[in-house]
Amino acid sequence: MKNKKKSFGGLGQLTIPVIALCLLVIFNLVRDMLFIYYFKDPNYVSFFSIELTKNNLDNMVFAGNLISIINGASELAILAMGMTLVTAACGGQDISVGAAAAIAGSVFVKIIKMSPWVNGIVVLFAFVCACIVAMIFGSFNGTLVAIFKIQPMIATLILYTCGRSIAYWINGGATPTVSSPVISAIGSFIPGIPIPTPVLIVIAMAIVFKLLFKFTALELFTQSVGINQSAARLNGINSTFIKLLSFIILGVCVAVSGCIGVSRLGLINHETLLLDIEMDTILAVAIGGNNLGGGKFKISGSILGAYVIQMLTITLYSMKVSSTDVKAYKAIVIILLVVIGSPVVKEKFGKLMSKLLGNRSKTAVKGA
Amino acid sequence: MQNEILLQMRHIDKVFPGVKALNGVDFTLRKGEIHALMGENGAGKSTLIKVLTGVYRMDGGEITVEGKNISIHSPQDAQNNGISTVYQEITLCPNLTVAENMFIGREDGAWIKHKDYEKRADEILTRLNIPARSTQQLENCSLAVQQMVAIARAVDMKCKVLILDEPTSSLDDKEVNMLFTLMRDLKSQGVGIIFVTHFLEQVYEVSDRITVLRNGELVGEYLTEDLPQVELVARMIGKELDELMDLGETEEKEKKETEVFYEAENLSSTDALPFNFAIKKGEVNGFTGLLGSGRSESVRAIFGADKVTGGDVKIKGQPVKITRPIDEMKNGIGYLAEDRKRDGIIAELSVRENIILALQVLNGMFKPISRSEAEAFADEYIKVLNIKTASRETPVGSLSGGNQQKVILARWLLTHPDYLILDEPTRGIDVGTKLEIQKLVLKLAEDGVSVTFISSEVEEMLRTCSRLIVMRDRHIVGELKGADLNQAKVMKTIAGGEA
Repeated sequence: MKNKKKSFGGLGQLTIPVIALCLLVIFNLVRDMLFIYYFKDPNYVSFFSIELTKNNLDNMVFAGNLISIINGASELAILAMGMTLVTAACGGQDISVGAAAAIAGSVFVKIIKMSPWVNGIVVLFAFVCACIVAMIFGSFNGTLVAIFKIQPMIATLILYTCGRSIAYWINGGATPTVSSPVISAIGSFIPGIPIPTPVLIVIAMAIVFKLLFKFTALELFTQSVGINQSAARLNGINSTFIKLLSFIILGVCVAVSGCIGVSRLGLINHETLLLDIEMDTILAVAIGGNNLGGGKFKISGSILGAYVIQMLTITLYSMKVSSTDVKAYKAIVIILLVVIGSPVVKEKFGKLMSKLLGNRSKTAVKGA
Repeated sequence: MQNEILLQMRHIDKVFPGVKALNGVDFTLRKGEIHALMGENGAGKSTLIKVLTGVYRMDGGEITVEGKNISIHSPQDAQNNGISTVYQEITLCPNLTVAENMFIGREDGAWIKHKDYEKRADEILTRLNIPARSTQQLENCSLAVQQMVAIARAVDMKCKVLILDEPTSSLDDKEVNMLFTLMRDLKSQGVGIIFVTHFLEQVYEVSDRITVLRNGELVGEYLTEDLPQVELVARMIGKELDELMDLGETEEKEKKETEVFYEAENLSSTDALPFNFAIKKGEVNGFTGLLGSGRSESVRAIFGADKVTGGDVKIKGQPVKITRPIDEMKNGIGYLAEDRKRDGIIAELSVRENIILALQVLNGMFKPISRSEAEAFADEYIKVLNIKTASRETPVGSLSGGNQQKVILARWLLTHPDYLILDEPTRGIDVGTKLEIQKLVLKLAEDGVSVTFISSEVEEMLRTCSRLIVMRDRHIVGELKGADLNQAKVMKTIAGGEA
């Protein structure tokens, strides 16, 4: 049975996010065709058009729906990477990432505000401080989960509830703005590079994860702990440490995405920064084909999942769906995706495929 | 009654991607007979059973029950045709009562008529002589009784064919006897029983007929009385028996070397009472005793698998402090746990990842074994231990029990241990693999590795160990070696009483 699930589509775990992306592309292509060749709408701009324009700072930059998708999904993609690790090790999710990001963002702004001038080094220092704070909060969550064995969702509910209040205290309830070329370079474009900086940060984070898995045995250990904790322990793996570590790594991801979020707007709003992103993050992990009960995982799946969610949102916006309605339409598509990815459908599909392939191989044998 | 054919399976084919699991297998079950289905792991026993119970769909062949052609597409179909299965792992709900367990899923109407069910359950329990009350919580019954409740449930569903898949593997002798009495009872009522087990003695004790499968093909059907045990083994493994005999003759197991590798004084853990233990370099010793005698708990304490609460441990004469398994691993000790599924395999990971796991842990987080190195290790051990797997990337959970066990053995061998603790390495695996594992133990000892070997089959331990530590009621009650190493003496010491 298990083997059948694997052979589903040939892409393994990535089948669902890839199919979803393809469907979204096809949908938009069809819509493009319709408007351009059938309605002959002269004002219609293709969904896929990318143009090089001058932005308000006089930089040549790329613009278009595709760019907004990969740019807009950056925070989500980074959080999804960390969330995948926590999910794999602990068999549960951290629902406090949005609140924790607000804290990290507040710290980031607070440090920058304390400095009389703003340059690269100050921003870097502020980022490192934000990272440390986020890692401390991550290890708080991790301690509750790994040592006190509280279910991840309950453990992180604490920070989810109080996180934005803590963020509020850090800047004394104000929503201070920071304006500096460095900040806008992080949040939008580095002069001379036409690709949005958050996209570059996602690529950098993905490479960091890739290297982490290449130069450490973290992947094997995390999967072992997630699949069979008892066996992992008898093989000498310190599962408490692995779980704690996953939360600390997620903490880094939280700090990075929090700082990106702040830099985009040039201000910290503790109430709205990355609001409700935790659910989208979990969804990205799930769409990426990762088992939310822990065990085997693929970071690439979660990243694709993040882009699927964002592409869906942008597609809906480009169809002039109002932002209040978007959520409902999103839900419909997500139901479809989750059902297609469910074990029941996979198995049925697997049977269908093996029937088709089985007949073919039989005739092939006859032919030989 | 025994000549009336109850169930007939003809030319059953079942193909999995890349493997022909069943190739034209015939199987016939008569009314009122106990029919043992025998074969090594991978012979096709479980596949045949799963075809019969509707878990798998067959690719060819036909099944008739009492002469009627039937098609089975789901476990429900099987039940409707009077075919019931009791699996090795009990699939009832421990937190419900006996009566609830017997009627769950087949209540008529929405209201559960507790009183009715309890009355009916008690009737069946008395009729089948099962020592349980209908109102008892299932988890308060012994494993054997739970097993019997599962059978009672099947019987009450008017089953004609009862399949018992390894029902005795977690029962002790007394419980096995209770189960056999029940089986004979059902047999006299005309139920046909298919009995799958790895215990040869049990086959000879209860079964009337034996069907042997090998590599997905039928070897033959025999009357139990016509087939001596050695012949049966030969049919199952398809090897000549000389090999079996050879192993028996490896006497001179006493080791000359005197260097003590591991020594523990008053070692105790949360689950084990204080005990003394020592093992020499290149020695094979064993812990024996009934289930629950504390043999597994003792070796777990040696490895630090349970929290160690006291005692002094010396390894190679040096005092060491142990708290966690990793400490022991660093001292060159490996431990193959009794419960393969719970404490051994990482089911969804590949054979390769499972094999390198312990070595990787020893190397530490920051020295990952490269992919190509890992592949080389995996390939080497797949070959050396003759692990039957589609590839090194196959998830280990999809391998048969014996092959899973070999993967875990490979995992520890790869760390080149000085001392290997094997707790029931041969449980639930086929005769051929058992033999391979015993040979491997002797070979390791020859190379200077100390081994502690535990098996519930005393025969196996006598063949491999040069010293047996006997436990009863969580205490060490004797130590046998040399001329004392014989079945009678071991049994006496286990049973106690005689000085």
